[in-house]
Amino acid sequence: MTELPSKSRNIPDRLVSPIKTALFSWPTLLLAVAIFIFILNSFASPYFLSAWSLSDATFNFTEKALIALAMALLIVSGEIDLSVAGIIALASTIMGLALQFGVDTPGLVVIGILTGLVCGAFNGALVTGLGLPSIVVTIGTMSLFRGISFIILGDQAFKGYPESFAFFGQGYVWWVISFEFVLFLLSAAIFYVLLHRTNFGRHIFVIGNNPVAARFSGVRVERVKFVLFCLTGLMAGVAAVLLTSRLGSTRPSIATGWELGIITMVVLGGVNILGGTGSIQGVVIAAFVMGLVTFGLGLLNVPGIVMSIFIGALLIGVIALPILLTRLHDRVSR
Amino acid sequence: MSKINKLVTALAFSVVAMTAMPAQAQTRIALVVKSLGNGFFDAAAKGAEEAAAEIGDIEIIYTGPTSATAEGQIEIINALIAQNVDAIAISANDPDALVPALRKAMDRGIAVISWDSGVAPEGRQMHLNPSDTDLIGETIIKLAADYLPDGGDVAILSASSTAANQNAWIAAAEAILPTKFPNINLVATVYGDDDSVKSTDQAKGLIASYPDLKAIIAPTTVGVVAAAQVVTDMDLIGKINVTGLALPSEFKQFINNGASQAVALWNPIDLGYSAVYLANALAGGETAVPGATLSIGRVGEVTLDDTNSAAMAAPFTFDASNIEEFSKIY
Repeated sequence: MTELPSKSRNIPDRLVSPIKTALFSWPTLLLAVAIFIFILNSFASPYFLSAWSLSDATFNFTEKALIALAMALLIVSGEIDLSVAGIIALASTIMGLALQFGVDTPGLVVIGILTGLVCGAFNGALVTGLGLPSIVVTIGTMSLFRGISFIILGDQAFKGYPESFAFFGQGYVWWVISFEFVLFLLSAAIFYVLLHRTNFGRHIFVIGNNPVAARFSGVRVERVKFVLFCLTGLMAGVAAVLLTSRLGSTRPSIATGWELGIITMVVLGGVNILGGTGSIQGVVIAAFVMGLVTFGLGLLNVPGIVMSIFIGALLIGVIALPILLTRLHDRVSR
Repeated sequence: MSKINKLVTALAFSVVAMTAMPAQAQTRIALVVKSLGNGFFDAAAKGAEEAAAEIGDIEIIYTGPTSATAEGQIEIINALIAQNVDAIAISANDPDALVPALRKAMDRGIAVISWDSGVAPEGRQMHLNPSDTDLIGETIIKLAADYLPDGGDVAILSASSTAANQNAWIAAAEAILPTKFPNINLVATVYGDDDSVKSTDQAKGLIASYPDLKAIIAPTTVGVVAAAQVVTDMDLIGKINVTGLALPSEFKQFINNGASQAVALWNPIDLGYSAVYLANALAGGETAVPGATLSIGRVGEVTLDDTNSAAMAAPFTFDASNIEEFSKIY
């Protein structure tokens, strides 16, 4: 038997100090990238640093970012919704249909958002009710929702939305601050509170980390997931209102391919695609990064395909770098 | 870790910045197309550069989204507005969805025209069509008549019987026959529904029903290939001339083997060239009002109709002398 050391040992509360954690966290890293891209853009193009240019730039990503907020929650919980662009198409089409029956602006907004909610609930019911994998369900509904709008519209378009309806996608709240942008910031705040400051948010993380353990801990896994699908549908409905208002018309091809841009935003924002971790701050900053990159490259008239390559490289780079650096660090310290 | 990140980003950006920094010019005209990587639009950009060189002091910004979407074009329009370009000439992916964005461009003093694929009148100052119904109707008959000095029987193999474009062209062709081509006898119009198999059957039917048939006119790119294949397979080269509207790349072999003397289609080079002439004129202060006549350089001039639309020229003819060159373009 050896004697216990009499000298008291200092055992720290945390292994890494909170300041250090915050400093090296994903959102901080991403923020550095965003600021850097901003500075780079200012040097690369003489047109970048103008209030109106920057305001125009926000229109390129706010609608996608609104959906990304809800999608982040869904992905943290271990599910995914690939049908969001299809929901936009269907919600926009139903709004256009309502317009033909003389529905006015407030009614159109309600109908658009409700359609999104119903689509989301449909996805949620299939996933949680029948226990189907969300990726399979939403690949199906992706075609289903857009298919319905193709049946309704064919090669036609709904147009002639009332003047007052244009405010949502084209209006400004104050000076160059658009309605879309304000709505995005407000929603970001709400989603931040929801994910990081409520029990519901904690449940989402628990489910994403271990759904079985969550169930045994009394978390209503199915109900939480269902609510998240509804929420994603709801935000897609909101985005549909904004986009329809911005375009002033509806075609079944509206928002084609947006699901990938939205999921890219979420993943770039540091949300683990397999669920369990992520933050709203990260997603918000990722939205700005993508907006700044595409707008900055657009100002330089870089062809779209080069832009896609750049976004792809950025995504892989930002995901892979920390992993590579950790390995490097391990090897050096060994 | 952020250092390496920054380095990578900086490197990528500086490469992009160096290759894409604009040289300052007097007038900057953006040629916005439906999507990049399309031979038709690359050819239009070639024409645009030609016009820019001819007029002088013009910088062409040739741009377009990766996939042919209205949202992609709106992002590009926003970037062009921010750059304060002098004019935007666009081939639109959607006639309505681009209107708000293009109106914003016009509000900020940018001249806006659409070409090839139009924008609704409230979203542009004028639209340039590659051709118009009457010119196309006349051209498809002329293509056959040019190789029939003594006249003879011809038949039309169209797309579907409900295709609005083709029906309008055929009506225009029928209207012009008695006055301009009195010895051409249009014996039948049949419909192949733009389906290769059905078009082939219809072409065989025409040949069987009208033994004196001298030419088959197919104002559709599917039908014209099917008819030329039938003529080739049935050893009727030299007896029946196939003509109409055809894509040079698809049709080259039938010009080369003699099944067809000549076909026609819009010339994208001239289209890009004319669009730049018009955009430059509007940016330079000319106004687009119904009835106005504007110059389009070597292609001639256009007159605006009630909706401020104009037709560029008759379809461009491809024959043995130029099919090789154009088949590489589109």
